[in-house]
Formats: sequence, structure tokens, C-alpha cells
Amino acid sequence: MSWIGRTLPRLEDPALLRGLGRYFADLARGAQAVKFVRSPMAAGVITGIDLPDPEDIRGHIFLARDLEAGGVRPVQAVLDRPDYRRVPHPALAGARVVFTGQAVAMVVAETEALAEDLAEQVFVDIEPEDPVISIGDALAEDARPVHPETPGNVMVEGAMRTPGVDQAFTDAACVVELNLRSQRQTAMPMEGRGGVADYDAASGRVTLYASVQMPHMLRTGLADALAIDEGLLRVVAPDVGGGFGSKMALFPEYVALVWACFRLKRKLAWIEDRRENFLAGSHSRDQIFSVKGAFSAEGRLLAIDGDLRSNVGAYSCYPVTCGVEPLMAFAELPGPYDFAHYGVRSRGITSNTAMMAPYRGVARPMLTLTMEQLMDRAGAKLGIDPVEMRRRNLVTKFPHTSPTGLVFDEASYLEAMEAAVKIADYPAFRARQAEARAGGRYLGIGLAVFSERTGYGTPAFAARKMAIVPGYESVDCEMGPSGQVTLRIGASPHGQGLKTALAQLVADRIGIAPDQIRVIAGDTDATPYGWGSFASRSMVIAGGASQFAADKVADKLRRIAGQLMEVPPETITLGDGLAMAAGTNRSLPIGDLARAIHSQSHRFPEMEPGIRTQGFYDPPGTFSNAAHICEVEVDTQTGGVRIDRFLVVEDAGLLINPMIVDGQIAGGVAQGIANALYEELIYDEYGTLLTSSLADYLPPTCAEIPPIEIHHMETLSPETVTGAKGVGEGGTIGAPAAVVSAIMDALAPFGVEINTIPATPDRIRAALREAKGPAR
Amino acid sequence: MNEKLDITLTVNGRSHALGVEPRRNLADALRDDLGLTGTHVGCEHGVCGACTVLMDGRPVRSCLTFACQAEGAAIETVEGLADGDRLHPLQQKFWELHGLQCGFCTPGMLMLAAGALRENPDMDDEEIREVMSSNLCRCTGYQNILRAVRAAADVMRAEGAQG
Ligand code: FES
Ligand code: FES
Repeated sequence: MSWIGRTLPRLEDPALLRGLGRYFADLARGAQAVKFVRSPMAAGVITGIDLPDPEDIRGHIFLARDLEAGGVRPVQAVLDRPDYRRVPHPALAGARVVFTGQAVAMVVAETEALAEDLAEQVFVDIEPEDPVISIGDALAEDARPVHPETPGNVMVEGAMRTPGVDQAFTDAACVVELNLRSQRQTAMPMEGRGGVADYDAASGRVTLYASVQMPHMLRTGLADALAIDEGLLRVVAPDVGGGFGSKMALFPEYVALVWACFRLKRKLAWIEDRRENFLAGSHSRDQIFSVKGAFSAEGRLLAIDGDLRSNVGAYSCYPVTCGVEPLMAFAELPGPYDFAHYGVRSRGITSNTAMMAPYRGVARPMLTLTMEQLMDRAGAKLGIDPVEMRRRNLVTKFPHTSPTGLVFDEASYLEAMEAAVKIADYPAFRARQAEARAGGRYLGIGLAVFSERTGYGTPAFAARKMAIVPGYESVDCEMGPSGQVTLRIGASPHGQGLKTALAQLVADRIGIAPDQIRVIAGDTDATPYGWGSFASRSMVIAGGASQFAADKVADKLRRIAGQLMEVPPETITLGDGLAMAAGTNRSLPIGDLARAIHSQSHRFPEMEPGIRTQGFYDPPGTFSNAAHICEVEVDTQTGGVRIDRFLVVEDAGLLINPMIVDGQIAGGVAQGIANALYEELIYDEYGTLLTSSLADYLPPTCAEIPPIEIHHMETLSPETVTGAKGVGEGGTIGAPAAVVSAIMDALAPFGVEINTIPATPDRIRAALREAKGPAR
Repeated sequence: MNEKLDITLTVNGRSHALGVEPRRNLADALRDDLGLTGTHVGCEHGVCGACTVLMDGRPVRSCLTFACQAEGAAIETVEGLADGDRLHPLQQKFWELHGLQCGFCTPGMLMLAAGALRENPDMDDEEIREVMSSNLCRCTGYQNILRAVRAAADVMRAEGAQG
């Protein structure tokens, strides 16, 4: 009986349901409170900092100069590319501030309230400079460089042009020109950032409990910034309240916090509030994509010519750098479409705004929106149905090499779309739509087909020329004397249910039940080096590594059993907690084998005592794929959009736990819908963030998110050892394109174009006013 | 302002004597003074609902409630929801139907639903959606939370009918 493919309730849940989860802030008892004094201005030179009289300070105030004197170095995110501009990121701003909310001083006091009181007595004098906020500001002829190191305000740039691009546009029967914009968004996990740093006098070590996705990398980055022996630091990611990419970065607050902990030799807690998370956490998706597509009369895509701009904010996030959005956009724009000629320039543009860091999907929601709008709009011009447009352009032969050199493994782009179209029943919808229109109601249907690059190891990151190249995973597996298994993983799950899924995978390899497998993650003292959980990688890479480690355990169990039963090890099968000798009715409990190799190891002179194995995995990467179909009704009076149906046909390869996979898809789609319709961060022209509370940012509630209908295909990947592909981001990647496509279909009688997401009621009303449609 | 008030809080049936500043909110008192860290704080401005607890059976935002306002009231937190080893039907159904991922919003969701079902055990799907829309979850896309509340309501009604 196999555990893989079963909807097993998660092993993680009972503690979380009882309120017994341990999030970092739950560990703050007895700690002194840390607060940061933040810049009220987007850009300027610090001319002075007024502090209270020393005798009035009940606590400590630290400034940039204190950290410098303590040997703290700025964080440096490095890309080894000639077009990359390297800008050091200080833990506290010393000479200049470059975004509103940048930390300028750190205060430490006995309680949160006292720390707040103390922070309020620190005044920062700033000689303002011209704020550079938008992409337009940054690229203006006379724009002030945000940093001395970034003349022209371009931090990184990728570009390529195949020789045939211009000819393809000359030959084209139809050219579609898009100018699409995504407003700035943020991952907004329900738990904010923060950490508890605890000093251990006996060892001289500091343990940092923090809400992060990459504890090992964070430790390396902190040790570099603090110029200390990495062994003096332990980083623990306990239960983490969501990350979605935003907790991958080494934020400067962590550097200051750990430094202060070493210095004061006290337990310290920094727990950011929601406003700080909006101001100084990471932002994403502030992007403008100007793209032209050349099509033949038959609707074949011939070439793309594009200028992609991503506002990466004031700094380059460590370790993945500010290249994460623009370089992904550049490399992955072609998506699942088959065409030859590609001329794209993609820039990461710096500005006086909060730093960009990955957010679920990264550049792919926008690049999927772009490709899908090309298909829809070309189809409309050429009189070809949108589904037919995609049939004519999707990749169907594998492996496929895209114009940017990416190699796509086996997938089901066409099949998933056809399945979705069939389930959605277009003819029935078109009939409903016609009937509704006759009654003055506007229904629309939209389609998005896309690939989700997942589970990529060091080769993919190395191609981006990152100085720190993440990608492999390591796993240690140990079977104890009672047959219980401990799996220590370098990945660092934070809500995905990875522990359960890995336990299912390993259970099948070793022949025991998942609840006998304890998975330990997120502690640099207790797990082997690994890169954490991000980029839809954990099931593929940590899964592959776990499988290798588990297979070695199984091998050893077979050898032990073979010796004890006096049969060849190859004849032993493991299952249901037993080692069974083929062709006999003899078996031994696996627990007995484990006990023997621990307690009677002298009987096995050929073997090492105990059962401990390692697994490493560093795959090239694979592509999941999906088709999303969305039905909406648009109220042309209010501009409001209601989603009536959202359908997903997903192909994520082998499903380990279908319930968990569906949960990832549904949560991802909800964030994608939020991107499409609701959420945006708004800076005014001075760089003040106008949306710094949950009430302003408008994350959707259960009243806005419809049921998500999910169907599966399972194309096993030849590029992953388990056959599983990643599934963490797809929902978010496809949803905006499907929603926008549906809105435009609904408003087709008015000829409305949606060019900016979120498509808020204001924007839809404005588009309706501008459109030359029939008068209403 | 830093003067402390002596209050008694009754939480999950046990009473605790505390000295709190008047400005201390109930969430902090539960978490920091009583060590009941199951109640989470996601925004401290009354929007997310992660901090929801029951006060005399009604859901309240503990981040917007002063600890001293809770004096004399019966407070229930997620730690008191299960009956010993036996999970509450809401907890059981959240588990079975995957109503949680990171678990950060979960205590607030559970307490909100527990309070709402106590007030109206016969909520229909629309009423459940209406009530649950006062709390935010960033992970699940909500559907499984609504399904779990529905399923728990059905179990509780059946149990109530039996017993
Ligand atoms: S923490 Fe109380 S509502 Fe968000
Ligand atoms: S489960 Fe993560 S916020 Fe709801």
C-alpha cells in the first residue's frame, strides 16, 4: 500500500490547531524590546540626529556609527554581470536615506512600550533630495541618480535580440502592441517580520529565532555582515506565519538585532508592526511591460519585441538580488509558446521606494498576463477564437528550447487547456453571455495557459550570475533503535505541509508509516546546509534528496534482514513495518532490524553501526503547467467585478498529497485574484506610502474569493527523481491573466482594454468612459 | 501612566491575578503575562482578526480590548477549545479539510467560528461566509475554512441533537 497520492491530514496541524504552534514572537518572554526609528522621508542627506539627554535614556540607542565602530559591514547582494550596479545596503542609514521607512536608529528598552517611548524621542534631521519614486521618474532625462553608483538608475539589465526580429515584424500580418502595468504589491504574510535573539553566556553564541524562509543562508549572510565566525550563530525558523517569498531576504534589521545581542549580551526581541511591514518589508511587481507581438495571418506568433521595466526599489535584496524580477521576466517571457524571434530588454530600475524582493510568482504573473493578452488581442484582430489562437501557438514537442535557451521538459500545455475548455463548456457560457447581454448584464470568460518553472537547482541560479548560488538540498536521515526515523532537511517549510509530504514519500521507500517519521527543519544547529523553501522547489529538491537518503536506509535494512534471515538482501521487500523475504513466509519487524544494528552491532562486522544516511539533490529544474479559466460579471455602472467561477486544470507531475497540492493552488489563486482586482501599494509623489494598513491595502476576505475548482493531470517529469513538479506559485501566476481576459471579454461590446492591474472599479469605469463603445 | 492596575482575568475557566498598565491590551496580557501564545497578533489595528478571542461567549478583537476591560468576563482562547485530548469539532474539521496552512490566522478563525456558532448554530452557508469575512487568511484562499466551519456546524448540531 502506497502512502504517495493519499490525502493524509497534515502531521503539522494538531499543534497549530491547539494554539501550541511556536512562532518567533511566542519566544519573546523575558526579552528586551527593540524598535527602529525610521526615516519619514524618501530621499535626503542626514544632517543630524537629536537624541535625548544621556541621563534620560532608559535603554540604549544605536546609530549607524555605532555599528560601523563595531565592525558591521553593509549587506552586499552581488551579481557577477557587467550591467549590474552594486550598492551596499547598510544596516542603519548613516549618511543618507533612500526610502521612507528606512531604519536610521535602533532603540532597546525594557518593554515594548518603553522602547516606543524612547524611539519617539529620537529626531532625524534630513536635508531632502528630489524623490525618485516611479519608473517614469527614474528614467526621466534629468533624473537624479538614487545612488552615486547608479547613474541612469538602472541597477541591472538583460537584453538579447535574435537576428530575425525586425524581418518578422516586416512580414507580420498583424502586430499587437501592449503597454501593461502592474501596480506595486506586497506578499503581506499574516505574521510580519521579526526575530528574538538570545545570547548564551556559556558558549558565547547567539541564537536568532526569526520569521524567515532561509535560515542557513541568513546565518551565512549575518556572519559575513558581522564579520564573525559563523559557528557563533544559530538561526532557527520556528513556525513561520507565511512568507510567499518575502521572507527570503536578509533584511538589515536582522543584522542590527544580532549585533546588539552580541554587544548587550541580553535577550532581545524585534517584532515589527503591520505598518513597518508595509513600509520596510519587501515590495514587488511594480512593473511596466511594453511588448509588441508579430503574428501571421493564421495567428502564428512570429516574434516578440519588448521593453520590460521593473521598479526594484532602493536596494538589491540579498541573496537573490534585484535581478530576480527583471532577469526572470527576460528569460521566461516566452512561456509555453513556440516562436523563434525574440528581442527583449529588461531593466531593474532603482528608486526611492522599499526594496523589491520575491513574491510568489515573481515576474510570471505579469509575463503570463502579457503573453495571454497578446494571444487574445491578436485573435480579436485576426478574427480567430482565443482558444484556437493558443492551439496554434502552444509548445507540443518536448524537450523544447525557448528563444532564450530554456529547455522545457515534458508537459501538457495543450492537453490541460483542452481539458479546461471542455469542463468550462464554452458554448453554454457563450449562450448565457448572449442572453445576459441582451438584458444589459455583462458576463465574460477568460483563459490563461502558462508554465511554472519549478524545482531548479544551482545551474539555473548560476546562469543568472549570482555570487551566492542557491539550489541544492541536503537531507540527513537516521533510523533510531526503535525503528523511528528522523529526517533533517535543509529546506525550511512555513505552512506548505512539507513535513507531511516528505513523510509520505519516505514512508513508501522504507516501508513504515508516515507518523513514524519526524521531520526536522529550520534550525541551523539541527539540519544540514540547505537553501530553504522558495521558488516552488521544496517538494522537488528536498523530496529528491529525501528519497536518496531513504533509499540508502532501505538498502541497509535489506542487508541487515538478509543476514538475520540468511537470504540474499535483494530478496527482501519492505512494507507495513516488516522486512519480508521473497518466496518464504518469513519476515522480521523493521524495528527489530533497527534494534539489532544499534544494540547488537557486533553481530554485523561487515556494516557500520546504526543507520544514518545522507541525500543530496541538485536538479536542472522542471516546468509545471496549468490552464485557468475565469468567469466574471462586470457591473458597468460601478465598475465592480464579481468572479462567478474559477477553474484550474493543473499538471504538477506526481501528486504526493493531493489535498496539500490543492491547498497550494487555491491559496495561490486567491493571491492572484487579489493582484488582479484589489491590492496595490501607493506612494505619493514625495515617496510617502499612502497604503500602510491592512484597511488601505485591501487584501481580499472570504467574501471576495470564490470557490476554486481544481482538476489534475499528471505528466511525470523526467527531470526530477520523484516525478513531482513544484506547485507553490502557479495559482498566483495564472490568475491575473485569466481575470483580466474575462473582464475584457465581458466588456468586449465597449471595446474596453484593461492595461493596468489591479483592475479596480475606478480603473474599469475610467476605461469604460474612454472606450468607444455603444452609448449607455 | 505607568501605574499598574490589579485585575483578575478568567481565562478558559481559570482565574489569574495580574498587575497591568491601563494601556495594556488583552492580546498582550494573554500572550506575555499569561503565556497563552495561541492568540496571535497580526495587525494590532483591528483588521485581521488573528487575535480574536471570546469574551462572555462573543468574539472580540483582543488587540482592541484593554486587559482591564476584560475584568470579570469569561475569556476563552484557542488553548481552551479542545476537550482534553479530544479536538473540538471545529479543530477536527479544520484538520480534515485543510483549513489551515501556516496556522497563523487559525486561532482567530477558530474562535470567531466558535463564537458565531454558539450564537447561531443554524447558520447557512451565506451567513457563515458573512461572519468569517471579518478575519483575514493569506494562505488558504478561504474555501477550506468555510467548508470546515460548515462541516463542524453539522457535527455540532448532530451531537447537540443526540446529547
Ligand atoms: S491583531 Fe487584532 S485584529 Fe489584527
Ligand atoms: S493559514 Fe496562513 S494565514 Fe491563514
